[in-house]
Parts: sequence; C-alpha cells; structure tokens
Amino acid sequence: MKKKKRPVGKILMILTVIFFYLPIIFVIVFSFNSSKSLTRFESFSLTWYEKLFSSRSMMESLYTTIIVAVVATFVSTIAGTIAAIGLSKSKRVVHDLVLQLNDFPIMNPEIVTAISLMIFFITLGVERGLVTMMLAHIAFCIPYVILSVMPKIRSLDPNLADAAMDLGCTPWQALTKVMVPQIMPGIISGALIAFTMSFDDFVISYFVTGRGVKNLSIMVYTMSKRVNPSINAVSTLVVALITIVLLIINIVPVIKEKRLLKSERSSK
Amino acid sequence: MKKLSDLAIPYIVWAVIMIALPMLLLVFYAFTNSGSGTLTFRFTLEHFRKFFTDPDFLKVMWRSIVIALKTTVLCIIIGYPVAYFIANSDDKTRGMLVLIITIPMWINMLVRTYAWIGILSKDGIVSRFFALFGAKDVEILYTETAVLIGMIYNFLPFMILQINTSLCKMDPMLLEAGNDLGANAAQRFLKITLPLSIPGVVSGISLVFLPAVSSFFIPKLLGGGSYFLIGNFIENQFITVGEWNFGAAISMIMAVIMMLSMYIVRRGEDIASGNVKPDAKKTLFQRLIPDSKKAGADERRI
Repeated sequence: MKKKKRPVGKILMILTVIFFYLPIIFVIVFSFNSSKSLTRFESFSLTWYEKLFSSRSMMESLYTTIIVAVVATFVSTIAGTIAAIGLSKSKRVVHDLVLQLNDFPIMNPEIVTAISLMIFFITLGVERGLVTMMLAHIAFCIPYVILSVMPKIRSLDPNLADAAMDLGCTPWQALTKVMVPQIMPGIISGALIAFTMSFDDFVISYFVTGRGVKNLSIMVYTMSKRVNPSINAVSTLVVALITIVLLIINIVPVIKEKRLLKSERSSK
Repeated sequence: MKKLSDLAIPYIVWAVIMIALPMLLLVFYAFTNSGSGTLTFRFTLEHFRKFFTDPDFLKVMWRSIVIALKTTVLCIIIGYPVAYFIANSDDKTRGMLVLIITIPMWINMLVRTYAWIGILSKDGIVSRFFALFGAKDVEILYTETAVLIGMIYNFLPFMILQINTSLCKMDPMLLEAGNDLGANAAQRFLKITLPLSIPGVVSGISLVFLPAVSSFFIPKLLGGGSYFLIGNFIENQFITVGEWNFGAAISMIMAVIMMLSMYIVRRGEDIASGNVKPDAKKTLFQRLIPDSKKAGADERRI
C-alpha cells in the first residue's frame, strides 16, 4: 500500500496522547510545588515528599498496596494455572460450569462483586481488614489468570502429558517439566494482569476493608475532599515505580534475546 | 489421567465459596427484610417496589445510563480515528503507539482521576486556556462535563486498543482486492474496513459502557458531592445509610441490567458480523461491485 500523509490523524493522535499524559505530568510537576495550590506553581521544593515520608498513614497505604498486590499476584498466578490445567482435563460439564462461575467477577460490575464479598465477610463474622482484602483480591485475580492461561493450554497437544508420563514422568514432573514451560507466556501475562488489577483496585478494596486498613486508592479517595499535595507526591512515586516495572518487563526479554544471539554466534 | 483433573478440585471449592456463595447472599439480602434478631428474616419485594416507584431513584438510574451512553459514543468518535491511525502506521510505530496508550492504564485510576481536579478547577490550566479567548471564570470542576471528561479519560484507552486489535487482524489483501475491483477509498472503508472492525467496536463498547454505568469514584471526585450516579447511590446505602437490603436490591437490579445490555451487545455483534461471516469472500466482493449489491442485499433478506 502507498504511504499517505495523514495530517488529521496525526493531529488527533497527538491530542489524544496529550490528553492521556497531561494529568500525569501535572501530578509530577505539582508534587514539587512549594505551596499548597494545585493551580499555581510557586517554586521547587520537596516539602510534600517530606510530609509524605513522615506521614505514617500514607506510607502504610503504600505498603499495604504493594503487599496485597504481590501476595495476590503470587497466589492467584499459581492457583489459576493449576486450576486451568485441572479444568482442561476435567469433564466437559464441570469445565463449562466452572468457567461460567469464573466469568462472574469479570462480567459483573465491580461494585456488585465488592458488595457481595462485603456481605459475605460480614455474614460469616470475619473481621474485615488486610486478610479480607487479600482474599478478595485473590478471588478477583484468579479468573483473569485462568482466562489468560486457558487458550495456551488449548493450543497444546492433549496427549502431551500422557506422552510424558508414558516416558516415565510422574504426574508432577509431567506438569512442571512439560506443561508449565509450554504455557509460560500465558502464565506471565496472567500474572501481569493480576498485578495491575490488584495494584489498581479501588472499589473492591474499599468495601471489603476495615479497621483503618487502606490501600493507596482508598487513601486518595478519602483524602481528595481536602487539597493535599502529598497525594501528588505519592502519585509521582507510583508513576516512578510503574515505569521501573514496565522498563524491566520490556528490557529483560531484549537482553535475553541478545544473550541468546551471542551464545549462538560463539557456538558457531 | 485422573491425577491432573483432580487439580481443578481446590479451585472448584474456592469458586463456590468465594464467588457463588457471596452472589447468592446478595440475592438473599435483596429479597428479604432483616428483622431485629439474627436469623429472623422474611421474604419481601418491597425494595424493588421502592426503587421502581420512587422517581428520584429512577432519575439517578436514568442519569447513570445517559452519561455512560454519552461516554461510549464520544469514546467511539474519538477512539475510532485514533485506532485507525495506529493500525495504519508501520510496524515499529504501531508497537510504540500501543505502548504509549497502554502506559497510563498502568497507573492507578484514582490517582489519574485526582489529577483532573487541579486541571479543571477555577484557575487551573483549562480555565486559563479559555481565558485567553476572553471566556472568564470557566469552572468545569464539579459539573457533569467534568465527570464526562473523567470517564472518557479512564475508558478511552480500552476503546482504542479494542478497535486497533480488530483493525490489525484485517487482511490487507482485502483492501487491495477492493481497489482492483474498482472501489474508491471511501467505498473500501465503508464496505470492508468498517464492517470488519465492528467486533472491536462492540467489545470496546462493553469495556466502556459497563464500567461507566457503575463507576462511583469518578462522579464523586469530579462531580462534587451533589452529583449522584447509581454507584454512589449503592455506596451510600452501605456506607452511610446502612440499608443493606435495599442496597443489595439495587446492586442486583444493576447486575441484571448489565447482563441484559451485555446480551444485547453480543447479539448485535453476532448480527453485525453475521453479515460478513457467511461466505465472507463472496458477499464482500459482491457488495463491492454496484450491480451485484442488490443481489447481495436480497440474499441477506432471505
């Protein structure tokens, strides 16, 4: 196809990118503002970072967010992968029913899932706090992991595990040495989705938490009623953190590839 | 193979306890009236009647649906050309543009929405921008426009990415074939690109409309305390008012409306893609040539 100049598309694209990044840049710039104003930049200062690091509640919320996201990602990735492999070998009825159930947290509006979990915890008499938040996060992360692992399993030869066991693998070895490496890309993308879902979550955390346990989203929500530039500072930290994670994710495969190429060349 | 299928058992138990049971409890609460003691409850439809007869509640519901529709339409209008631009860039640029669109989605939604408070407030960037043209004291914050901007901001990336994916899946040979058969650029777009990208638009709609209807922190942050959507209403029932049964009933109504609209959207997708799918090559080419267009239309009617 011939390449055309598309000025209209280009302008729209640039405007969209500005639209997406304006608030992020805004947050970063104003986190270094010396005054409390969110509209006028006075002079450069680190006041809000000092306030942030000395504020116990804000640091705790950051800590809670990270801990919950790491635990939820870890548990849901493993549990989701195991469940997906098990389901792929289950009877059709079981497989379909469980996947239907699995769809609920994905299809339902978040607030409905949140409220049903809240009612559930309260009815059971479980004290709401960090543990219920983790349980809820694991509950809504596993479905995404299953959804991202399932297609990879379907594309595998169904006899693969049998073949491995015929050749002397125990079922456990067939699982870890044969199946898991094959579906690794699905597991990794599942883990990434789980991490972002958990890290980003507000609605479900908001309803299932208690005893003053807050994650970052809840913190921002409760503090946004008053002007508080510390939110800008903590947001900048989050942006920095996410950028680092994204860089690692994008760079590690490149480095690996380069190493592979090098070793290939040296072996020649 | 008994061993491997056993691996599903823990998750089946977990899903029943953590997904099915809470949902059932929600339905149970929606249909009952809790008495003063524990375990004294009676079946009632009162909450549903209350919701559907009170004009105030219905107004909130209607407002949520309208603003979600506005958001969806605007996301399609903005998102489609952008996705089209991305899909038609060369491979390297495309990957980069997709990454650029994706990165903000990684950053906490609340944090990004919070940023708009400063931008939209009385002497913020936007108001100062309008002041350049003589419009003084434009305050968007705490109006419906602010909520709309917040929603588009949060949900537009989903629309762009979905449409882009479906555009990229398209076989470029189809366009060349259209060109060879004498279709001009507009015809090629309307008869080939657009119908083939409908599935992307549809899944974009479900990713924008559904969360927009139920969102409650965007209206709270950007709409001020007085701007109420159905999500805020449910939150209030649980957090401030404490009328759980009523809150559960509204949640159920919302879940049902969502599932219904999801079903309608999916049906729409089936119908839309149904026009293209059966014997795709034949009907596509037929529709490209003006004379056989009629025949194609007749075929569809049958």
